[in-house]
Amino acid sequence: MNLTGTLGLVLVLCAMPVAEASARSADPPEAEATEASARSADPPDMFAEYRAMLGDDNPAELVEMQGEELWNTARGPKAASLTACDLGLGKGVLAGAYAQLPRYFADTGKLMDLETRLLHCMQSLQGLDTSALQQKPYSEQGQPQTELESLTVFIAAQSRGMLVAVPQSHPVELQAFADGAKAFNFRAGPHDFSCATCHGQAGKRIRLQSLPQLNTVAGAQSSFGTWPTYRISQGAVRTLEWRMADCARQQRLPALQHGSKLALDLITYLGVQANGAKMTAPSLKR
Amino acid sequence: MNSPMIVRSVLVAILLALVVGCASPRPEENVATPVPVSNSFQAKGQAGLNRLEQNNMQAVCSEFEGQAVPPELAKRIIDEASAGVRFPTDGQYLGDWRNGEAIARSGAGMQLNDDPAKPNGGNCYACHQLAAAEISYGTLGPSLTQYGKLRGTSEPILQYAWTRLWNAHAYNACSHMPRFGDAGILTEQQLKDVMAFLFDPESPVNRKAD
Repeated sequence: MNLTGTLGLVLVLCAMPVAEASARSADPPEAEATEASARSADPPDMFAEYRAMLGDDNPAELVEMQGEELWNTARGPKAASLTACDLGLGKGVLAGAYAQLPRYFADTGKLMDLETRLLHCMQSLQGLDTSALQQKPYSEQGQPQTELESLTVFIAAQSRGMLVAVPQSHPVELQAFADGAKAFNFRAGPHDFSCATCHGQAGKRIRLQSLPQLNTVAGAQSSFGTWPTYRISQGAVRTLEWRMADCARQQRLPALQHGSKLALDLITYLGVQANGAKMTAPSLKR
Repeated sequence: MNSPMIVRSVLVAILLALVVGCASPRPEENVATPVPVSNSFQAKGQAGLNRLEQNNMQAVCSEFEGQAVPPELAKRIIDEASAGVRFPTDGQYLGDWRNGEAIARSGAGMQLNDDPAKPNGGNCYACHQLAAAEISYGTLGPSLTQYGKLRGTSEPILQYAWTRLWNAHAYNACSHMPRFGDAGILTEQQLKDVMAFLFDPESPVNRKAD
């Protein structure tokens, strides 16, 4: 008997009542092209000019180098590097790994995105206590990038030019997508916002900021592969997990936890829709 | 989207049911157990976990996002919203348009990192065009340029606009607009000031762009 299918059914049935879990996400971002063109309607596109001035230079490259060093350096009680970390394509395989996350990992029995997988490898391979990292996964403005951010940029860059291919084979992966789709519409909080409030229609904007329609393939494809990104306005690299958490903040919800089920469901929902898009991260946004 | 998967799963389940009778399904790891959404959040600042508890409108509108809301469910939302509107206690709808303009510009308030001691903004410009001279406006809501000039200031239109600000679901079930009065986002005086921004002939909303 097909155990996978059976499990899938259990998941589908059990999750239906549940699924409303969640809330929404993302927001401002989007494709660099989208963001840039956003402003082109009215005022001169200063952002595009700025990016043209930078040419191929992206401050994220410095962060990428820091991440590479973290990846290769022996650290922690076990004095090990992360080079034996399996990001889904085999131990130490970096090329294309980020473009195929989140995915289900048999060794943990969980769906994991890059950031949660990195924490897992830091614990299991290096013996590090990552609780502090998970409590403070994002850098404050003007502060150095966190280890997690640096590693994320380095790994993501190893998928540049490849196509997004977030898997939907394991029942847990299918369930995450289904729950993410439902979470996208979850309205809550004093302002009644869901992800769909801002990202459920085509061609809309907040102030001058264009909003990608993230419940469509085209919208998700315009955005997903650009993360992580260097946010010029913040002078820092920001990751997908940050994007989810900061959207939840703007929704007036409590603090969306790093690596939480809701965050992973939403990232899976966006990633699967984006399958086939080209990875351009780390990108550059306003 | 995953219909082949669902169909296959249903077939497998039917077969399984035939084989094992009506035995209750085996718990499959932790994924088979509904996970409350609150497990993904922590309370922070003024944003408590109670913000994740949906009221009837939020639950219905989540379920029917992007679709037509069934008439009986829409009627309940509209009726409840209408019944909850509180009009100005002194009968005066219009405050100071200058304050209203500032409220329309401000997106602060009620976020986990906002100071609850400071006044909330309305952030009208995030979604609406208002003063014609302001080019930084969003398009999630309709343009409100010349709002008062086009509509006048009769009692019915003032009541209508006040109701829209207080709880837009009174006219439009599952509107995306926040319930500025009903949810306590803006005070009565702030609502009056926003009303003045919309209706006062001197307000830039009603003047021509320079």
